[in-house]
Amino acid sequence: MQPEPNSFYLFATMKNFTALFTEIDHTTKTLDKTKALAAYFAQASDQDKLWAMALLSHRRPKRTVNASLLAQWATALSGLPVWLFEESYHTVGDLAETITLLLPPPQEQSDYSLTHWINYIKALESTDIEGKKEKILWAWDRLTEEERFVFNKLITGGFRVGVSQQLMVKALARYSKVKENVLAHRLMGNWSPEQGDFQQLVFSEETSDISRPYPFYLAYALEDTTEGLGDPLQWQAEWKWDGIRGQVIVRERQLFVWSRGEELVTDKYPEYEAFINLLPDGTVLDGEILPFKDFSPLTFQHLQTRIGRKTISAKLLKEVPVAFVTYDLLEWQGQDVREWKLEDRRKKLEAVILPLNNPVLRLSPVVDFTSWQELTDMRLRSREFLSEGIMLKRKESIYRDGRRKGDWWKWKVDPFTIDAVMIYAMSGHGRRANLYTDYTFAVWDGNQLVPFTKAYSGLTDEEIGKVDRWVKQNTMERFGPVRSVKPELVFELAFEGIQKSTRHKSGIALRFPRIKRWRHDKPASEANHLSDLVKLLDRK
Amino acid sequence: MALLQFTDNGIYCPQADVYLDPWKPVNKALITHGHSDHARWGHQYYLCTETAKPVIQYRLNPAHVQTVKFGEEVLIHGVTFSFHPAGHIIGSAQIRVEYKGEVAVFTGDYKLAADGISETFEPVKCHTFITESTFGLPVYRWKQQNEVFDEINQWWRKNQAEGKTSVIAAYSLGKAQRLLHNIDSSIGKIFTHGAVENVNHVIRNQGIVLPPTQVITKDIAKKEWEGALIVCPPSAVGSSWMRKFNPYSLAVASGWMALRGTRRRKGADRGFALSDHADWQELNTAVKETGAEKVFVTHGYTELFSRWLREQGLDAHEVKTQYEGEVEEGKEINNGQDSEGAKED
Repeated sequence: MQPEPNSFYLFATMKNFTALFTEIDHTTKTLDKTKALAAYFAQASDQDKLWAMALLSHRRPKRTVNASLLAQWATALSGLPVWLFEESYHTVGDLAETITLLLPPPQEQSDYSLTHWINYIKALESTDIEGKKEKILWAWDRLTEEERFVFNKLITGGFRVGVSQQLMVKALARYSKVKENVLAHRLMGNWSPEQGDFQQLVFSEETSDISRPYPFYLAYALEDTTEGLGDPLQWQAEWKWDGIRGQVIVRERQLFVWSRGEELVTDKYPEYEAFINLLPDGTVLDGEILPFKDFSPLTFQHLQTRIGRKTISAKLLKEVPVAFVTYDLLEWQGQDVREWKLEDRRKKLEAVILPLNNPVLRLSPVVDFTSWQELTDMRLRSREFLSEGIMLKRKESIYRDGRRKGDWWKWKVDPFTIDAVMIYAMSGHGRRANLYTDYTFAVWDGNQLVPFTKAYSGLTDEEIGKVDRWVKQNTMERFGPVRSVKPELVFELAFEGIQKSTRHKSGIALRFPRIKRWRHDKPASEANHLSDLVKLLDRK
Repeated sequence: MALLQFTDNGIYCPQADVYLDPWKPVNKALITHGHSDHARWGHQYYLCTETAKPVIQYRLNPAHVQTVKFGEEVLIHGVTFSFHPAGHIIGSAQIRVEYKGEVAVFTGDYKLAADGISETFEPVKCHTFITESTFGLPVYRWKQQNEVFDEINQWWRKNQAEGKTSVIAAYSLGKAQRLLHNIDSSIGKIFTHGAVENVNHVIRNQGIVLPPTQVITKDIAKKEWEGALIVCPPSAVGSSWMRKFNPYSLAVASGWMALRGTRRRKGADRGFALSDHADWQELNTAVKETGAEKVFVTHGYTELFSRWLREQGLDAHEVKTQYEGEVEEGKEINNGQDSEGAKED
């Protein structure tokens, strides 16, 4: 049963969306957020609903006004010197919010819809700077403080409000009475609030979008031992690859490649074009986009050289060729097979991929084991296979959507560790604004401290508070948001990989560096040396 | 010789041989208010206002505490000292120092807006003004107190209607009493954490009326606090003590809650920007009203606020002190004999 469609008396404005935003922002509980969202969906027009869904699932209108112009106009309106506006921004850590806090109060009121304001912002694209300024100032003068914040966020992007895709789907399911897993699938892929039709998107079983991917099933990290998993024979183990999760779709003689971030990346991997001739229509594969050369995976750092590029040069294609290492089959002969058991999907996948014997479309091998001890030993050897650990999947399991516990686990190898000295601290952004949370670390090279990495996460809030206070009391110099501090605090850093780098003074670059613990027990003099890092480099 | 000097022990008046809010043990200390970064343990003689004394006595129990009335003049070696309301917490004072026609004022911590429970700030003319700047950035602008309390009352009522307990974190000395004094106590029962109740007890004993509160103890049945308000110190947030109030909504009352990042970081459902320190506008008003030409900025955004004042044509400087203002993470610092939760701000 469908709720009543957009009747004339159902209308909600920017005020309702702002209230929704504020309400979600005012709670940490997912149940409350779901309720607030469902209530919003019940009042908003279809077009506003689509925009709200888009904004909360990180589909934003194109940026039409440059952030520094916004800052400039807001500074002028606030009557503050530029440096003070900048310092305020460093403290607040969010431009939209800084502007909101510094603007003089509005003189007028307004009650337009969310869609109206978004179109208003979109229309600025073809306006000259003076025109943009006039329009923005007009809007600022008609929005309350909370509305201004939302408005500024619409322009600057980055609507982080603690609503996951899963949560939004749940709320929409509650409102629309469409099943959650069905909705999750319908909301994948290529829809946009500009061209989309809410009724069609949410309620229609037909889709004209042949590129539509399935929601990815994501694994939780295995925190405990494998003991709790029961009989090892019920599990399939695979290597965990350090690439980009991807979905390959072949339908109606067309190829689509989606990344986990729901980005259509077909053009970035021209190697995959051949798949159209390898796979029949109605085939969808889950797997890893992985740089692969001479029968061996390359590192993620190699892949990074291709991620950012708009055009891929012939040279780069030759240096960093990319394969698709597949481990699951989601659609076969046009039929959604996610409800099949993993062992059946695997059997079919092997039957499809192995005969192709193709160097670009590869099958991710299973890791044979008969006891947990055996697998534990294999996991320790993960790096030899250029993998970052083991994936465990229950053979009986169906392919689910989103991050869910129980059937899939990732079991990564223990990271490398090193003891390093903090030498710079920078204040963070968002929820870490006004707090020194981003640190630069150094190791010894002779009697010099050489910076080699930054790390942001890993400390508890309580430790962050302590470090923050220490930083403020032990600052040697300030450069804008950065402070150099006395080289006294030692931290154990963990990281997943290490590479040579010409861009860093230390000559190395780390993958996923983070703080493992604060070594209160170690003086700076006992931190590691650069040579210790170089040894790790050689070991690989 | 300057009337006041900044030394390793604290702010010193050489002519009178006394210190203002010293952070190391000294012989004679003039104390602006009872928060532990201003009133420290270990001095021989303490001088403070009558209304600030009970808390200082309770927290530090020093052998010698003398008191003065607001505005009363005390002569020490030819230097005239007097205490004037700072509006920060009950009994909090700015200290005016005069010698041979030269006047300096030290604010300790202060706010201009009346909070209904502290003696309201009074501007004092001076040549040299020594001010805090805990919230010395223009992004800090407080709403009217009644607006904030409307929001707090609304939050409490909403929780009550949803069958939740309302837990609010506020510094146990100052903020907690301001909250109790101004909240609509007709909404429901109010319970307190022991650290808050200890201070309430001291404050009530000095004749100040607070709504009835009951300290949370083990033998109180869970249904007693359903729909009630519980006032606790920030240090209790995230503790196992708090778990028993489930289902509850958690709020934090602090000036830092003016920023969304800080609110989110706290992991609280609500952050109410309620501060006992002056906001940007108040700091500027205060400086202007003293008529001072020379300004020293002791804590907070010292570098930025002093630069701003210099651009306004004042002779302003930052000084390094050990005052902390409103401690963001609400960590209670224990020094000497502080009991649990006694250090605030």
